[in-house]
Amino acid sequence: MKKIAITDEPISTAMALAPLENLGGGALASFTGIARADSGVVALELEHYPGMTEQNLHAVADAAMTRWSLLGCVLLHRVGKIAVGEQVVVVATAAHHRAEALDACAFLIDRLKTDAAFWKKEHRTDGSALWVEAKSTDDARAEKWREAGAAGS
Amino acid sequence: MRFVYFARVREAVGIDCEERDVPATVHTIQDCLDWLRQCDARYALAFSDPVRLRYALDQQMVTANAPLAGCSELAIFPPVTGG
Repeated sequence: MKKIAITDEPISTAMALAPLENLGGGALASFTGIARADSGVVALELEHYPGMTEQNLHAVADAAMTRWSLLGCVLLHRVGKIAVGEQVVVVATAAHHRAEALDACAFLIDRLKTDAAFWKKEHRTDGSALWVEAKSTDDARAEKWREAGAAGS
Repeated sequence: MRFVYFARVREAVGIDCEERDVPATVHTIQDCLDWLRQCDARYALAFSDPVRLRYALDQQMVTANAPLAGCSELAIFPPVTGG
């Protein structure tokens, strides 16, 4: 079971977990990214590339389903204007045991960060708005999974 | 060819998409960037830092040396920052 959604409506962890709860697995894991009030940030604005971004998310989900014996995974990503405190992204996995669910969940969010076509802008209290720069630490986290995959672990 | 721009690149170019006839001398994305930079100062500014540019041809991520032949849509954008 795989569910991918990009929406300008509010999303929630509960919404991502619900379709995974009755798949017969003993473990659910999730990651939720929330818009933070960093140094005067009042809202985020997320842009995506319709068509390609969905393909990117499907590819990341398929890679996780191939690598771990998951019963299901859900990727929800919000776009448009997102107020501080609201959820930006939710990744959730279901598996028979916790190790698969937790590892696959970490893999999904790390790879989503570097492989999916989304761009984030921060709106601040003074009315200014700045595009967020990509972080090399995100590349390093995503790369770690490639190395681990190549090593067969 | 259809050109699409996202995020900082879209704002610097001033439009989100356009159709352009590509000259016969333009074979790769790199050639395309050089050509567009000469067309208008806005492109020169938008594409001034290639380290901070990424590309997709027909919605597949590629590098700047990718050939344009047979493709109908080139997207130019900054490194992604979702999640």
